[in-house]
Amino acid sequence: MSAANKRVRIRLTINGASRELEIEPRRLLVELLREDLDLTGTHIGCDTTYCGACTVLLNGRNVKSCTVFAVQADGGEITTVEGLEKDGKLDAVQEAFAECHGLQCGYCTPGFLMSTRALLSRVAHPTDAQIRKGIAGNTCRCTGYQNIFKAVRAAAGGAGK
Amino acid sequence: MSTQPPSSGTTGKGRWVGQPLRRREESRLVRGHGLFVDDYKLAGMVHLQFVRSPYAHARITHVDTSAAAASPGVLCVLTGEQVAARVNPFIEIGPGCDGKIVDLPMAVGKVRYQGEPVVAIVAETAADAADAADLVEVDYEPLEPVIDGEAAATSKSLLHEPLGSNVNWHSQFEYGEVDAAFRDAAYVVHIPRLHFHRFSSTPLETNVVIATWNLKEDTIHFLSTNSFPAFAVQFLSPALGVRIDQLHMESWDIGGGFGIKITSYPQMAVCALASKQLGGRPVKWVETRTEHMLASAHGNERTFLDTRVALDKNGVITAIDSRHIDDCGAYPRYEPLGCIIWAQVLPACYRFRNFRVDFSQVVTNKCPVGPNRGYSRMQHLWFIERCLDICGHELGIPTDEMRLRNYIRPDEFPYTTPNGCVYDSGNYPKMLELAKRLVNWDEWKKNQQIARAEGRWLGIGIGTTLDSGTNNFGQARIVNAHAPYSGQSKAAIVKLDIYGEVVVFMGSVPQGQGHETVAAQVVAEVLNIPPEMIAVKPGFDSLQNVYTGHTGTYASQFAVTGLSAIHGAAEKLRAELERLAAFALKAERAQLEFGAGKMGPEVRVRGTEKSINYWALANLVNVNNAELPQSMEDITLNCRYLYKAPFTVPDVEKKYGNLTLTYASQLHIAVIEVDRETFQPKILAYAAVDDCGTQINPRIVAGQMHGATAHGIGAAIMETCEYSPEGNMLTATFSDYTPITAVNMPELLCGDIESPSPFSYNGAKGMGEGGAAPVHTVCAALQDALFSTGVLIRDSFHTGDRIFEAVRRAESGADRGVRVERRG
Ligand code: FES
Ligand code: FES
Repeated sequence: MSAANKRVRIRLTINGASRELEIEPRRLLVELLREDLDLTGTHIGCDTTYCGACTVLLNGRNVKSCTVFAVQADGGEITTVEGLEKDGKLDAVQEAFAECHGLQCGYCTPGFLMSTRALLSRVAHPTDAQIRKGIAGNTCRCTGYQNIFKAVRAAAGGAGK
Repeated sequence: MSTQPPSSGTTGKGRWVGQPLRRREESRLVRGHGLFVDDYKLAGMVHLQFVRSPYAHARITHVDTSAAAASPGVLCVLTGEQVAARVNPFIEIGPGCDGKIVDLPMAVGKVRYQGEPVVAIVAETAADAADAADLVEVDYEPLEPVIDGEAAATSKSLLHEPLGSNVNWHSQFEYGEVDAAFRDAAYVVHIPRLHFHRFSSTPLETNVVIATWNLKEDTIHFLSTNSFPAFAVQFLSPALGVRIDQLHMESWDIGGGFGIKITSYPQMAVCALASKQLGGRPVKWVETRTEHMLASAHGNERTFLDTRVALDKNGVITAIDSRHIDDCGAYPRYEPLGCIIWAQVLPACYRFRNFRVDFSQVVTNKCPVGPNRGYSRMQHLWFIERCLDICGHELGIPTDEMRLRNYIRPDEFPYTTPNGCVYDSGNYPKMLELAKRLVNWDEWKKNQQIARAEGRWLGIGIGTTLDSGTNNFGQARIVNAHAPYSGQSKAAIVKLDIYGEVVVFMGSVPQGQGHETVAAQVVAEVLNIPPEMIAVKPGFDSLQNVYTGHTGTYASQFAVTGLSAIHGAAEKLRAELERLAAFALKAERAQLEFGAGKMGPEVRVRGTEKSINYWALANLVNVNNAELPQSMEDITLNCRYLYKAPFTVPDVEKKYGNLTLTYASQLHIAVIEVDRETFQPKILAYAAVDDCGTQINPRIVAGQMHGATAHGIGAAIMETCEYSPEGNMLTATFSDYTPITAVNMPELLCGDIESPSPFSYNGAKGMGEGGAAPVHTVCAALQDALFSTGVLIRDSFHTGDRIFEAVRRAESGADRGVRVERRG
């Protein structure tokens, strides 16, 4: 057990800042973010890679950070919900979710924002089918997805409301 | 305190009230700045993990925690017996249960459901605790599991031996002239068995607790996701042997609740004991999703047996006679309140006056139930909807016509039900008309003809339901005459702080319902200032917030109770400000008007330049106060108002009385096709019409309705808490339970009507639970699709494989499960 728990050193860029950390190899990326770096905007909602509350961007792709070991992200660039806002200005996806009431309790929201951000970086104007697929890995228990559909459309520059 | 709504009430739409304002909560939540319990890191905090039972029913023969105790980082290990030695069993609400059901925070001697906590381990880190948990050895001797609620009553295997059986509550309800109605009936429809399945709204955030037992002050601080702290403390205080005022309950953001987080007090108790043992270090417990599925709370499962429905020659239901068995899992906890709460909606949306039910509740070796969204009413509403829908099909009456013949009519409101509940307002035919228009009923009826001619299974179903809100706790006395509860109340404080800030303190414990926004809208209306000028404290804190014994967010009521309290407090503050301003401006109160000026919120003399702002008004009371006349010494600018709902205690003998104040209604129509190859149900169109009286914030109302609809659709076609005959939970992860996602959720065609409630100051009705309208609607659509195959929709849960089985059964000529007796 002790060999397995031997700490390793990794280097990451998180929300633009470079960080060096010593961690147990079994540390999950989500634990690293929440526990070691206090970036508690990224949430945990399940234990079988279903809910997407933990979604972050790793090298521009949306990943479920509960299913990535921190060591796997070594050398990578990570964006969390805390990194979306630039110079005091909300990202278009944050603005759209707030404007369309695409959230209630807000627990799933960071994950949805990151998945939407990744979707819109891949496809600027997604079809409804692409939107559904783009957020298929995220679960929301409050909104019934109706206003999330609207928010994603609005963020893409379409009519959200 | 006054039970009258404040006189100068703001009814209907205003400048702020009734507007679809953007929620103020969004601003922190979209930035990832929400503050959920798991986000807290307190100094010296340690982590608790439970070791849980793999068995549903077994005797614990041996527990060895020595290796775990010696594991790195471990600080203490608590077995069920050690915990039992330090607590009193939790109180039971049921009348006959006292001492017969011993509900402790952890299993002692035997386990009664899979996932029941057996050992608790506390360590420096969560990983240390998890490592140590693996080292605990427990030996079990399996006992016969009691899984089927119907068989539980007669099973020889008992969960709680002193109870003498597995029946936890039993009583008869009878209203009107049931036997006469059956004697005079033109038709009697017999339905031997209907079954409402177990599911849970599974909030995305699981239960989390941080307990700190401050040994110097002998107080216990709970940061927790518990959504009904005023209820939890009544269980925690006697169990932990402390006074209620020694408990300090706190929360900030809560990641959804839907009632499921009301019964988290057992885990809270264990964390508190561990903290005490560790000299007061904060003990954190974060439930995993699997633990949540296995052992937090599920919704009630209910079976309806030997049902007879009497109808006249026009298909109007005149009486229902039935036997209901509610399955509450291993421990009653919030139960047996569910044994009366269904009676809030006894006739559903229909006019029949004669009703008899033999109602019992049983315990089984499954996860204890909790008051899940639509609690206890949805099971009953589904039952009545199935009865009506089945009767309509059997008698060949078109589904819309069947409803119109049976609905309570718009001119009958306020309508007193056979058991004394008063439905405040509503217009079901109008909702039906609107839903038909939204879904394009006539077009789908034509499509259905074509589909049927092609041999396709396409059905159109209507579901009508109620969301009864603002419950009268007096109904608890019907299940237990000695229950020390009655009525319903909420309190709020609106105050003007020293520098002129308007601050609102509520008693609610919101979990995403936007209470901060709506509270600001109401106060803004009273003071005629923009909502941005009003601070509302988020979350709940029993040392700071203002609350009553009914405080919490449950039972669809904030728009009525919470806002009445906030409105009352704002009116009081307005009156104080007016008196002060009249003095300062040397004017008559009648000449004054409220608003916002260049110097912020102010009071001015109408038609003049003379004004005084809130800072100056606060100054008169708090700082420069020697000039204030004696007649104004009562002014504190700290105004508390207690709203007490106008209830009386129901007649316990007759089981008669008004159990809820408002009745929001929902009417949904679904068009569903069942694929003939895969038997998968596919929703082709879905309309949802809502009536919750006057809407305070239409944006929030729509959001609540969307959410409730998704829960219902998920429950009807995807989500079930399924157990094997041995008591293994088969859907104990999200991957197995499959909460509905964006891929399965149809886009809704929404509409609303507003029938203002005559019983609330603002015409609003509580809403948010939604009455499980989609479960009724999906079942009705499936019935319509499959009636010609001989399938009778008798269950509330329908995946492709279930439908396949039902069709096969029908094709094999098995008993359809319904019999129509035609008289004369
Ligand atoms: S926490 Fe659910 S997918 Fe990561
Ligand atoms: S807003 Fe609560 S889970 Fe999505």
